[in-house]
Amino acid sequence: MLDAPTTKTPAPKVISGAREDWELVIGMEVHAQVASNAKLFSGASTKFGAEPNSNVAFVDAAMPGMLPVINEFCVEQAVRTGLGMKAKINLFSAFDRKNYFYPDLPQGYQISQLYHPIVGEGEVTVDLAPGVARIVRVERIHLEQDAGKSIHDMDPNMSFVDLNRTGVALMEIVSRPDIRSPEEAAAFMAKIRQILRYLGTCDGNMQEGSMRADVNISVCRPGDYERFREADDFKHLGTRCEIKNMNSMRFIQAAIDVEARRQIAILEDGGEITQETRLYDPDKNETRSMRSKEEAHDYRYFPCPDLLPLVIEQGWVDDIAATLPELPDEKKARFINDFGLSEYDAGVLTADKTSAAYFEQVADGRDGKLAANWVINELFGRLKKEDQTITTSPVSPDQLGGIITLISKGDISGKIAKDLFEIVWNEGGDPAEIVEVRGMKQVTDTGAIEAAVDAVIAANPAQVEKAKANPKLVGFFVGQVMKATGGKANPKAVNEIVSAKLGL
Amino acid sequence: MADLNKLTISEARDRMRAGDITSVDLTRDCLSAIEGSGALNAFVHNTPDIALAQAEAADARIKAGDAPAMCGIPLGIKDLFCTKGVASQAGSAILEGFKPEYESTISQSLWDSGAVMLGKLNMDEFAMGSSNETSTYGDVVNPWRRTGDDAALTPGGSSGGSASAVAADLCLGATGTDTGGSIRQPAAFTGITGIKPTYGRCSRWGVIGFASSLDQAGPMTKSVRDAAIMLEVMCGHDEKDSTSVDLAVPDFEAMITNDIRGQKIGIPVEYRMDGISDEIAKLWDDGTAMLKDAGAEIVEISLPHFKYALPAYYVIAPAEASSNLARYDGVRYGHRAKLEAGEGIDEMYMRTRAEGFGYNVQRRLMIGTYVLSAGFYDAYYNRARRVRTLIKKDFEDAFATGVHAILTPATPSAAFGLGDMTDADPVQMFLNDVFTVTVNLAGLPAVSVPAGLDKQGLPLGLQLIGRPWEEGELLNLAHVIEDRTGFVAKPEKWW
Repeated sequence: MLDAPTTKTPAPKVISGAREDWELVIGMEVHAQVASNAKLFSGASTKFGAEPNSNVAFVDAAMPGMLPVINEFCVEQAVRTGLGMKAKINLFSAFDRKNYFYPDLPQGYQISQLYHPIVGEGEVTVDLAPGVARIVRVERIHLEQDAGKSIHDMDPNMSFVDLNRTGVALMEIVSRPDIRSPEEAAAFMAKIRQILRYLGTCDGNMQEGSMRADVNISVCRPGDYERFREADDFKHLGTRCEIKNMNSMRFIQAAIDVEARRQIAILEDGGEITQETRLYDPDKNETRSMRSKEEAHDYRYFPCPDLLPLVIEQGWVDDIAATLPELPDEKKARFINDFGLSEYDAGVLTADKTSAAYFEQVADGRDGKLAANWVINELFGRLKKEDQTITTSPVSPDQLGGIITLISKGDISGKIAKDLFEIVWNEGGDPAEIVEVRGMKQVTDTGAIEAAVDAVIAANPAQVEKAKANPKLVGFFVGQVMKATGGKANPKAVNEIVSAKLGL
Repeated sequence: MADLNKLTISEARDRMRAGDITSVDLTRDCLSAIEGSGALNAFVHNTPDIALAQAEAADARIKAGDAPAMCGIPLGIKDLFCTKGVASQAGSAILEGFKPEYESTISQSLWDSGAVMLGKLNMDEFAMGSSNETSTYGDVVNPWRRTGDDAALTPGGSSGGSASAVAADLCLGATGTDTGGSIRQPAAFTGITGIKPTYGRCSRWGVIGFASSLDQAGPMTKSVRDAAIMLEVMCGHDEKDSTSVDLAVPDFEAMITNDIRGQKIGIPVEYRMDGISDEIAKLWDDGTAMLKDAGAEIVEISLPHFKYALPAYYVIAPAEASSNLARYDGVRYGHRAKLEAGEGIDEMYMRTRAEGFGYNVQRRLMIGTYVLSAGFYDAYYNRARRVRTLIKKDFEDAFATGVHAILTPATPSAAFGLGDMTDADPVQMFLNDVFTVTVNLAGLPAVSVPAGLDKQGLPLGLQLIGRPWEEGELLNLAHVIEDRTGFVAKPEKWW
């Protein structure tokens, strides 16, 4: 068993209004596109960036008489996601129709799971700083169809509709209102993305719309939230507003802040918050009501009569559980325990699966801490500078491991190692061979060092006198010897010999 | 003129196999019968070229000794079925000009079995109606008339075109669909056989949806044997329809033995309701006596929730329809309203649907929208679903006592005059389905079989309701009634 790191809960964000202090209460609905080749109820491709309306099956276009058939792989991905969030898997779930008219919704309804979601309650640990984490409870995860895309700005008189996204499977991951600050909201989103990427159930690409969030925000007075948690009664909380369709961590934070301040201003003015759906405008940094009460949708949810309830077997769930990869929290704990890494370093290295795998290959049979330093400081630093990623790194884990082996054996100094890294980055090659061929190996032969020291002493009689009076000046001789040996002399050996020769 | 169109499916099949007639000749006779049938308004899109090509291919198959069950049999297809490249518009103006790029599973099975498509058949718009007076193609006229009266009568609905075409010998059989009685009521009104199989027996893929949890397709034919032959080809598991059941399809025709000894037939007391005519009551009694005489045991049973079936049906069916028909929005296919400058998507939706849907469909869509809306969902839709469960349980309880099948009238009356119900309360029209809707709510198989003529010379039908997946047993019982009543009457040709 790994030791669970002891963490403490962060303090909620407090916003001081004109009259009093307010706390934020945030719940999120993360819509994550299921990583699958085909759509939730059709065989059409889900590939991003295809020609408009080229990935559309008859059922996606809601042609008359066409029927949905569930894609079993999407169900598997939802189950895998639920397991990754330590959630209850519902062996019985069912699909409902959410009815509304919009040109990019061909059926006139979205097939979703309102009454019986496939995944029930779970939880996610959101790390905020070393030793500080928020446990966010997951209420449910359900499967639903994505809508298409309406394009309004291509023609002054017409709108265009692209149905490529129509029917693509989404998982809606619904949190409880356990998030207490804009930073936590962004961190929650990042953690969900990290877990989904580890699981391979969503590519997490927010720019391509693979992940979006609806954010529910309310404000309350200090102490009310604790009363809510104790009684599990929403009467202790304020009225919430939902900000739809957020696809950037930065905007999520800005939107929460500005929306909370809007609500506080209304409340301190003696007003009431209207429960409604709002949109965030990043240009003006404000939220706006999406529709008036008269225009509010009545979705007329009812069980989809074209689909039978989705019944899955516990054995199948167990099979999926058995193939679950090591998840970020476990991997991080293992890195701390097995490699003696700091929580911070372990967090950086496990941020994504590929980096973690890279590190593990570098650290294999070597000094874990040294490997972590090199991966984080030298490699990641360089990758970032060159706008590269771990997958495009010109230095392979074996090459970087080779450099670290040479350091550990004392064959090269840390300084030479950096030169060597530079050579490997630019030219490739086996580090040990490069060191050998280019004579970069440290000189540890005391005879050779002694000769160099003698030469330097002989050439600098004045300095010798000064050094004898002030032993701090010994560095001059060490520097001269290093210069004379082209930096290859073992600095420790040089130090010792210089001190001995000068009788210090 | 050999009048080959007057043959039954089984007769035509046997004669084609014997080399006595060809499918091409048979098809030609049907095509010319259709040509002279404009007054009935049953066929609305004719496909003579497809028909003759299929007939030639069928003849070749028969010659080669490869003659599946429906090989060479000319059929009419209800307009609700999507047929590739051929207009399929569910009797609605909103699907004006719609020609699907796909073929419904059922029609494809029929073509694979060698059947011949004569064309598409008229129907109530989106299968909503009991008199075939709501079609964008106009009313269908029943080939039957009251003795000494040439008033035009309804063929029933919604499969009125199918019923009229089969009864008038325009085709040898037709496909129908039945959501609340749309196969059985028109079959009864036109003196033909129609069976709605168990829900899940026939694929709904490619059949334009009305109320998905109730819709089932079935054959409408001139005889019980024909229904057995055609139904077998129409049944079968389809992976493209999630509600289709993966069960072996028995040889229904082989199950017609006329041996019904030991079968227990339930007579539901609740069906003997007020307003049932003496003639219908007598027909029912006669049918009961025939089954008893043939060796069946007759027992009275109770279906206590019978009276709630019609209200529950008229909540559930419109609710599903309001959602199923949302796709007809003018965006991708079919009718789209012309917009004035400055008008937008809301006007486009409203006007497209107001122009494209007929009055009856609009009324049902509004009812359906209402019963699903916030605040009314529990009072209407959920309550109707609970009633549905109770109705289903009524039947299960009856079958649990050993009852094999249930005998009832198919309709409360014979065919009525076109236009007679125009000013009536819509609920009066709904009463046409009073004996049939329970079956759809319970998902059971039921057959309507002609059992006699009323005093005015119009056909009347009896309905047999069976246990799930026991269509074969049901057809055998229906065959006994067909045999014993000796119903051979045909409408006198006036068109």
